[in-house]
Amino acid sequence: MWPFSRRDSTRQSVGRHISQGTLANSFDRRSVVIGAVQGGIGVLLAARMGYIALFQNERYQTLSESNRVNLSLIPPRRGWILDRHGTPLATNRTDFRVDLVPERVVDPERTVAELGSLLKLNPVQLQDLSDKIKRSRGFQPVEVATKLDFDAFSAVSIRLPELPGVIPQRGFLRYYPTGPAVAHLIGYVGPASAEDYEVDRNPLLITPGYKVGKDGLEKEFETTLRGVPGARRTEVTATGRVVRDLSMREDVPGGTIKLTIDGGLQDYAARRIGLESAAVVVVDCLTGGILALVSMPAFDPNSFVGGIGRLQWKMLNEDDHIPLLNKALRGLYPPGSTMKPMATLALQQAGVDPAERVGCPGGYRLGRRFFRCDAVHGSVDMRGAIEHSCNTYFWSMAHRVGYDAIAPVARMLGLGQEFDLPGTNQRYGTVPDAAWKMRRYKQPWTAADSLNASIGQGYVSVSPLQLAVMTARIASGRTLNPSLIFGKPASPGPALPFTAEQLAVARDGMFAVVNGRGTAVASKLQLGDIRMAGKTGTAQVRALVSRGHVGDWKSRDHSLFIGYAPTEAPRYAVSVVVEHGTFGARAAAPIARDVMTYLFDPARAWDTLLAMEKTWGGTPTERMEARYRAYVAKVGTGAPSVGDDSAVAAAITQADNTEAPVEAAGTTPDTVREEPPQPGAAAAGSGPAPQPAADGDGGGDRGAAP
Amino acid sequence: MNSSLVPDPVARQPWQVILPLLALVTFGATVLYSAAGGSLRPWALNHFVRFFVFLGMAIVISRVRKETFKQLAYPIYGVVLVLLVLVELIGGIGGGSQRWLNLGFMTLQPSELMKPVIVLVLARFYDDLPPSMTASWRALVPAAALLAVPAGLVIIQPDLGTGLAITFGAAVVVFLSGVPLWWFIAAGSVAAVAAPLAFFTLLHDYQRQRVFVFLDPAADPLGTGYHILQSTIAIGSGGLAGKGFGNGSQSHLDYLPEAHTDFVFATMAEEWGMLGGLFVILTFAWVLGWGWRTARGTTDRFAQLLAGGMVFTVFFYVCINLMMVMGLAPVVGIPLPFLSHGGSSMMTNMICIGTIMAVANWNRSGARSLA
Repeated sequence: MWPFSRRDSTRQSVGRHISQGTLANSFDRRSVVIGAVQGGIGVLLAARMGYIALFQNERYQTLSESNRVNLSLIPPRRGWILDRHGTPLATNRTDFRVDLVPERVVDPERTVAELGSLLKLNPVQLQDLSDKIKRSRGFQPVEVATKLDFDAFSAVSIRLPELPGVIPQRGFLRYYPTGPAVAHLIGYVGPASAEDYEVDRNPLLITPGYKVGKDGLEKEFETTLRGVPGARRTEVTATGRVVRDLSMREDVPGGTIKLTIDGGLQDYAARRIGLESAAVVVVDCLTGGILALVSMPAFDPNSFVGGIGRLQWKMLNEDDHIPLLNKALRGLYPPGSTMKPMATLALQQAGVDPAERVGCPGGYRLGRRFFRCDAVHGSVDMRGAIEHSCNTYFWSMAHRVGYDAIAPVARMLGLGQEFDLPGTNQRYGTVPDAAWKMRRYKQPWTAADSLNASIGQGYVSVSPLQLAVMTARIASGRTLNPSLIFGKPASPGPALPFTAEQLAVARDGMFAVVNGRGTAVASKLQLGDIRMAGKTGTAQVRALVSRGHVGDWKSRDHSLFIGYAPTEAPRYAVSVVVEHGTFGARAAAPIARDVMTYLFDPARAWDTLLAMEKTWGGTPTERMEARYRAYVAKVGTGAPSVGDDSAVAAAITQADNTEAPVEAAGTTPDTVREEPPQPGAAAAGSGPAPQPAADGDGGGDRGAAP
Repeated sequence: MNSSLVPDPVARQPWQVILPLLALVTFGATVLYSAAGGSLRPWALNHFVRFFVFLGMAIVISRVRKETFKQLAYPIYGVVLVLLVLVELIGGIGGGSQRWLNLGFMTLQPSELMKPVIVLVLARFYDDLPPSMTASWRALVPAAALLAVPAGLVIIQPDLGTGLAITFGAAVVVFLSGVPLWWFIAAGSVAAVAAPLAFFTLLHDYQRQRVFVFLDPAADPLGTGYHILQSTIAIGSGGLAGKGFGNGSQSHLDYLPEAHTDFVFATMAEEWGMLGGLFVILTFAWVLGWGWRTARGTTDRFAQLLAGGMVFTVFFYVCINLMMVMGLAPVVGIPLPFLSHGGSSMMTNMICIGTIMAVANWNRSGARSLA
């Protein structure tokens, strides 16, 4: 090309004379040039096509397939959680649901409004939905509605082309048949949070309808329960319309977890608590397996499954019974007189003869102070001291042997201990001694501290689980450790250093409490030969002027009871703590009696309970629903937004750490009654309550009149 | 050459181009049939009918005498120019850009008509120009004016693709007319400098975007790079022999945009593979080769320029379209002649073919009269 053109240009510019012939020549040459260029381009195009169609064929075939084929995960059915008899505590039920992926929604406001009218959502539900959309990050599916009837479900399915980002599907929903009864034990599930997804980039986590364990056993055993997702390969158009199903892989349901829990008992105990705020723990005296671990009131984990609504949340938070706190594991209470059977073992170990009698004139004088007993018990021996819950006996004996002889035994029996239980978060409380007080308060241990601690007041705080374990150890004579997983009992600790005779003293005392002339004879089992032994406790919450059923709920005494049955061959140990339930015999012991009755004669126990529930307004679930409806009517859409997942978790943690039951309110000794304070008397020693300032003074430290 | 078995009017037709074109159109109709999900409607049948209508038109054109062509060159140019202005006015009234006139039975794009007409009018101009003036400014300025008015009108529509097609068609006629080569070198240099400036100042945002995306289609696979990417996937996944008739997932599942018009080659290549692609390219090479042979077979300057320009106009369609679908050029709305569904482009291309057929007729009668 170049030589031709140069000759052209030189000739034309120099020669100036251009003839028709020259132009014809020029046309010939230039047409060849253009033709050649065109041919070159043709070859280039053919080469390019060969390159992409032959050399890169594999790559583009893959891309074409990934266009054509849409792989959608089918969330696996979550593994069941069973009780010891194989009854499900957590299961799945089929569910028509609608989810929404905010990222794919074109017009969120219109979509929400449209869904609202299709699914007949009320203003509260619409508000919750908008909250969830706002909180979610784009890729996270948001649950619009679950448990839909088929009509509503198909109404959404038909409108799908106008609602991009909306995903109706048939799936499975976690279901807890006994609802609130297992809330604290099992926890709950919810959609994976953005944080979860950042930690584990498993596409399953952002599959609509997939839930992860958020608390309790659901969280602890997440990997076991999760299962393997199924997959559906479909041919889809560019707009996402499914043309046909290509293949399908079924999901593999997650593994089952079998617990030592007796589902019926758990449910019964939860319902038996009724309107109280209480914890019930039942331990198997043969294996240490936990048969019931109940804290009520609780939330309904079924309503947590799809995320918590504003109103529900507000209601839970405002409840002074603290439904979010697992009181069985994290509630700490002064054990009061329930410590006494344990104390007798410590006293015997320290050389006290169980036959030795102490005269109870109605109180005990320590120096210039007088500690008042509940009654004038006269002369009592060790067994009688348990039966009548005589404080004077324990004060005088504790003063003799010192509390440092008692604290190790308390620990040996499980108080102040944390147990190896999966999926639980326990608080271990306090079994005080001189070293502990010095460390914590920089103050020396006083004789008054010993006296208070000996009757389970003052610095002592324990959890209901610890009380149940203590009872089981006293009843069985073995260092049982509690366990939750069926078939995997925790190995017992070192043997207890007590002789059969020493244990018999404590057991005899407890037998007499219920079956003799003790404090809980009203709660005797009505089961013929099967009898229960036990001990009541009444733990003072604050320095009271008067006792019993007075004042506002928050300042009433805690009511406690520990017991085991049958007395001849202990099988079950129980502990009941009723917050602000007044006397141990009044609130806690009847619950323990009925729970124990359930274990031997369920029909009789149900009869008792169903009669009671009629006066309470139905089952806990029914009562919660009624309260919620009333609440909706009252508050409407005015409740503040819930906050995200982590905020919910934080609130639960906060409730868990609520110090109210023990420390914040300050405690005073159970049955200590003091002389009226004398003016001018100097305080002798420090308050037994960790925060005595809360109500001026702890019980045992007011100086008596000189 | 003439068989006594075939009537003379039939035998006289240039079958060496009609048969390849028929093959292309049949192939195109097959692809359209598949793209419609195995249906003659809405595209395949229409495609066929149009071809035969416009083939009739081309044969009529081929009977027109050279003198008539020359006489009508300027009037036709004027009419099309008026139509272009008319489109511009209607678009201005209706708000937004409009490229076509609704004639009732079909929509007409005057800018399409301008592609062969600019070739015709320039061929006439250079035929009239005395050879001695070929190297002077008088060879260039009027030609530039003839080009600038319609090209400008088309570009402000805005239809950059057609505007470039008209400009290239004209440039090739000017080149073939024998003007000094250094003009082209100079113009090329100026264009090399001006192009970046124009790119950043004159082009519309969406046009600029297309160029950026062409340079890096993967940068925005769901946005503006989508067309190029999906088209390349369609061609690339076809392999040697294709996925088989009716099995093109890219076109059938709507991943490929404009599967029946601008991207029909990708639709074809997905189902027919490399072999189908080579068939199309070779058939075009044959048709264009016939065009060049016709152009070089005449000594008449008007006929030479006319045929050469028409060949290039058809070539420009094919070249730009194929480069676009293979990811070698930015996305411009230029259909593939004889395969893409669409009346205007079919008409333009058949006008070009008809004109070349006319030149072939003049050659033959000229040769006969000489003999």
